[in-house]
Amino acid sequence: MGHGIFVAPTRKPLVTGSKSYHDITEDICSPAEKAPSVAWVIGMLVSLGLVAFGGACLLITIWVGIGSWNLNRTIGWGWDITNFVWWIGIGHAGTLISAILLLFRQKWRTGVNRAAEAMTIFAVICAALFPGIHMGRIWLAFFIFPYPNTRGPLWVNFNSPLLWDVFAISTYFTVSLLFWYTGLVPDFATLRDRAKGMRKRIYSFLSFGWTGSAKHWQRHEYLSLVLAGLATPLVLSVHTIVSFDFATSVIPGWHTTIFPPYFVAGAIFSGFAMVQTLMIVSRKVMNLQDYITITHIEAMNKIILLTGTIVGCAYLTELFIAWYSGYIYEQFAFMNRAMGPYWWSYFGMMLCNVITPQLFWIKKIRRSIFWTFFLSIVVNIGMWFERFVIIATTLARDYLPSSWSYYWPSIIEIGVYLFTFGLFFTLYLIFSRVAPVVAIAEVKHILKYNGDQYLAKNREDYEAKTGVKVVLDEDKVTDDPNYEVDDQIDANDLDENN
Amino acid sequence: MKGKHKDILFGLYNDETELLDAVHTAHEDGLEIMDVYTPFPVHGLDEAMGLSESRLHIAGFVYGMLGIMTAFGFMTWVFTRDWPIIFGGKPYWSVPAFIPISFELTVLFSAVGMVVTFYVICGLGPGVKNPILHDRITDDKFCVAFETDGLAKDKIDGYRSFFSKTGASEVFEKNI
Repeated sequence: MGHGIFVAPTRKPLVTGSKSYHDITEDICSPAEKAPSVAWVIGMLVSLGLVAFGGACLLITIWVGIGSWNLNRTIGWGWDITNFVWWIGIGHAGTLISAILLLFRQKWRTGVNRAAEAMTIFAVICAALFPGIHMGRIWLAFFIFPYPNTRGPLWVNFNSPLLWDVFAISTYFTVSLLFWYTGLVPDFATLRDRAKGMRKRIYSFLSFGWTGSAKHWQRHEYLSLVLAGLATPLVLSVHTIVSFDFATSVIPGWHTTIFPPYFVAGAIFSGFAMVQTLMIVSRKVMNLQDYITITHIEAMNKIILLTGTIVGCAYLTELFIAWYSGYIYEQFAFMNRAMGPYWWSYFGMMLCNVITPQLFWIKKIRRSIFWTFFLSIVVNIGMWFERFVIIATTLARDYLPSSWSYYWPSIIEIGVYLFTFGLFFTLYLIFSRVAPVVAIAEVKHILKYNGDQYLAKNREDYEAKTGVKVVLDEDKVTDDPNYEVDDQIDANDLDENN
Repeated sequence: MKGKHKDILFGLYNDETELLDAVHTAHEDGLEIMDVYTPFPVHGLDEAMGLSESRLHIAGFVYGMLGIMTAFGFMTWVFTRDWPIIFGGKPYWSVPAFIPISFELTVLFSAVGMVVTFYVICGLGPGVKNPILHDRITDDKFCVAFETDGLAKDKIDGYRSFFSKTGASEVFEKNI
């Protein structure tokens, strides 16, 4: 029987340390089974501190109204909508990793997809807060949903991009949550079967009675694949619709057809940067370096480089089109962005999004933990600037010079932003304590194809068969004498396994 | 697996290649496997066991169609029958503006419907307690189970010799 396993010998291992299946279970489950580390407690205290301070600012916003912010009649959208778009964008990386990379059969996604999907869900929660409180009367937020009401019934405006946003983001949140939880169920079952007492009861509830039956796995794989197929256009639609909030208006600088692809690329760009920030800390604190390897980090840096370059092209295209349009208001909008009162945010955006990410062309930097961490923070700052430039700068100089204005956030607005940081990290820290941060079953599934000990064997088989000597960049490969690969590599298995 | 208890004989294998060989052998020997439990999806197992292809994606398509019809039909009814309003000089029935919401509800209905269907047909859900044959099936053991309820002893011995022939590391009897 030819269960020949074959991997392109130039592939770098995605699981290092010659792990067995049981090692994988131990390594990934143990952070959820031990008492929290000091680093975790400190992180949690800082996050809760932000939640407390920001929560007070949030309550003031709700109690006093958005008069507690510094928005004015000219600049009606400020930090709130900037933060909304920023957080939504961050969420996109999770779906990209789990859905689009699944469709593209990118195996490195297995190391990071679970945490990235969790990040998506928490980021969408943070994002949804801003339009909610921006409405002013959050207790009337249900008005945005079309329900039979006593006002006619008078329906919501289905032609408005703001309402499309409501549908896009609530669908995105629901589908991401289902996708994430469905993947978690088998891993909760693993935790359940290792736990005792109260913990066993809790994980028993969470794992939905999962047994690992062959038929269930078969359906589970179908479900994951179709959900990935649905989530892929969904994630593209979400930021497209967010960009419609601007693009369908008649404000110079917003009314452009480039917005949808440019927003989606920017979303993936910032999302991957946030994944890097979180993963670099998580892999260290939770000892997951064998599962989230430098190869994973490098793969994500390549995506950051690609999407950062797309974003850079979009900025230049915008400038060119503004000039080429011959329309003075459009030309003024872009002159004003670069050289108006908010010139510093425009240059911050250009520096952080277009120039510094180009350092990732250098392999040493792409594979350096320090540089990756540093540049991921830079990208996040840059992408925040981008949204601020688009929103506040454009509004500050409208058609009527007598209304021109300048905007600076109040302490309350800054506090609300800090609240979302606190909330995001609190949720992430809780998640990292109660659930496997790496998808256990998925990593086990790729082990035979991407574990370092198997790659070595494959390489030998390949060399013996073809007579071509394979040179690996990084020879971390070890041999497992207990493992036997069939002598014959079955050509029929090649497609199936890769 | 509700109500009635039954006797199970199951063997654990250490590796999915051993499991696949065992399942093929069982097929050749004409042994009727009750179920196979694995810690992760093993490719090729469904063919080896003769499982039919899942039809979950067809259900997903139907739910999606239901979603698009719900969204598009509802918006059409609201803006042409129930309360027509002119927005920006556009016609009441402004089809392009209905596309985003129709798309979102297609995805929503399809995803939610498929996930709910998946849990229902698998008999899984919050609070469901299925019998767990062995604690390491969700860790690193691959399990083949036979139902032995009311079977003659020589038949059960046949299962046992199957397990020793195919290299099962451990064999257990259990009443679930």
